[in-house]
Amino acid sequence: MGWAIALHGGAGDIPLSVPPERRLPREAALRHCLQIGVAALKAKQSPLDVVELVVRELENNPHFNAGRGSVLTTNGTVEMEACIMDGKTKRCGAVSGLTTVVNPISLARLVMEKTPHIYLAFDGAEAFAREQGVETVDSSHFITPENIERLKQAKEANRVQIDYTQPIQKDVKKETPTPEGDSQIGTVGCVAVNNEGNLAAATSTGGMVNKMVGRIGDTPIIGAGNYANSLCAVSATGKGEAIIRGTVARDVAALMEYKGLSLKEAAAYVIEEGVPRGTAGLVAVSATGEVTMQLNTTGMFRACATEDGYSEIGIWQPVQN
Amino acid sequence: MGGWAIAVHGGAGVDPNLPTQRQEEAKELLTRCLNLGISSLRSSLPAVDVVEFIVRELESNPLFNSGRGSALTAKGTVEMEASIMDGPSRRSGAVSGVTTVKNPISLARLVMDKSPHSYMAFSGAEEFARQQEVELVENEYFITEENLGMLKLAKEAEAILFDYRIPTATLETCSGGTIAVDNSLQMNGLPISIYAPETVGCVVVDSQGRCAAATSTGGLMNKMSGRIGDSPIIGAGTYACNICAVSCTGEGEAIIRGTLARDVAAVMEYKGLNLQEAVDFVIKERLDEGIAGLIAVSRNGEVACGFNSNGMFRGLATENGFMEVAIWE
Repeated sequence: MGWAIALHGGAGDIPLSVPPERRLPREAALRHCLQIGVAALKAKQSPLDVVELVVRELENNPHFNAGRGSVLTTNGTVEMEACIMDGKTKRCGAVSGLTTVVNPISLARLVMEKTPHIYLAFDGAEAFAREQGVETVDSSHFITPENIERLKQAKEANRVQIDYTQPIQKDVKKETPTPEGDSQIGTVGCVAVNNEGNLAAATSTGGMVNKMVGRIGDTPIIGAGNYANSLCAVSATGKGEAIIRGTVARDVAALMEYKGLSLKEAAAYVIEEGVPRGTAGLVAVSATGEVTMQLNTTGMFRACATEDGYSEIGIWQPVQN
Repeated sequence: MGGWAIAVHGGAGVDPNLPTQRQEEAKELLTRCLNLGISSLRSSLPAVDVVEFIVRELESNPLFNSGRGSALTAKGTVEMEASIMDGPSRRSGAVSGVTTVKNPISLARLVMDKSPHSYMAFSGAEEFARQQEVELVENEYFITEENLGMLKLAKEAEAILFDYRIPTATLETCSGGTIAVDNSLQMNGLPISIYAPETVGCVVVDSQGRCAAATSTGGLMNKMSGRIGDSPIIGAGTYACNICAVSCTGEGEAIIRGTLARDVAAVMEYKGLNLQEAVDFVIKERLDEGIAGLIAVSRNGEVACGFNSNGMFRGLATENGFMEVAIWE
């Protein structure tokens, strides 16, 4: 037993050649978020509070695809979604289609706590945000030059695919950070358990680059991108459509419950067998204080720590499986 | 074992005082849908086409809460949602916040087949509908007199619920002796007489053993605009895989929290339960205090239903001649 926490900043085709000026700020952010999450757990804050506060931090950081720094729709706008779940009660809250709310995860929590519903989206969610007096800003706040460039490249790649002409050189523009693979970066999330075994999971995202307006991914779908019950808490990231199809987060818990697998075995099974290679990663903690972080993509920005002193920050696949 | 099987539903949670005529109309519609499904299956239409076809029938009929006849939002408008899932590929399509699309289930199918995504909502879904040139109508088309009346009662009930009294409107429709019964029958915080069962759905396994599921709804009466329930949520209201297909109905929040549709398949897969055992397990163990029902078919040509609500509108049929249309236990 003991507390445990894990967080992620997105799984995807993170090239090994990512330059330091892009890698270091994200590593620093992961370290910082881990520290504040650990401090909160040590201060006996509830796991629900801990995951919300860590995800808020990740949303505010423009280097990750959530809140500020969200990837853009095909119209160049931002549509954010988030989900939070309390393992003990299985109460949950989700939002989609947010355009002005600074911290989508906090609005998801308000949906859970202040409405009889679980999921609010688009205009209705924005109206609820105003009723609740949460912090809202002009949606330009969320848009970063990096993401404008990602969108441009994604559109060009699409056109190229249709035209069957030469693919765009990936290293052509030094100042643009994003090789094509990086456009798959998705989602931030945090899972935590305290030393009483109470669990919580929170996930937040801007979605997929160049997505159609109105597209909803796995993040706000309970059981796909986010899930917590009395056994474990899971937050997934990667290709939304694959995570929905694989009901990833729920399956980790279901394998533990119905097949008696351990947290690590369940997570490994889902990542290896439940979704195609290159589509997903997840972080998870169990009621007994175990933690696991697994991916079948090139990389996943991640960090974790447990009460017995273990901690880890990582980007790419571990050397041994 | 083997052979085709089909089940349809028109919602879980039925007013015990529902007039006989309404009960007959419901059973007729369910029977008609079953027969349409059966002849499609006999003509070898694939499962995913059958479920779409049947749910379209249910959406076009104002009797149940989907398409025309949908429950109304607090603003008095209709916001529909639907999802469809193809078992063998586990591909899915879902829509929410649809306001002008005559058949939401068909839009969900187009999301699955014609877009790179799985789920589209609100103005984005409407825009996609226009691009796909599906049949569009005015929002008023979906609104019925009856539901306008229900909305009014729901708003009154909400105001009165905090006083813990029954709305006077329903007292007129039941005898004095049944007051206590009605007071205890609530779903989603509304007395059952104005709750309006939430959803329609269809699950099918065709003669090739392919399963598919489809679910469609107007959602919760008097819901906040923008509220999404379980029907478009893969794993909650709808699920299909290699071994089975499931469609749920009832208290949306409880179904989401219990990942009901996925869990039926999960206990079959991971615990080795058969279809009926899985359905019973999930209804008993996965709903906590929630009220819901579901229909399911298995790859082996079995069909099952389960509910802990007061009744569920349903019809079930299998290739070996079994057929049943029912409302109560």
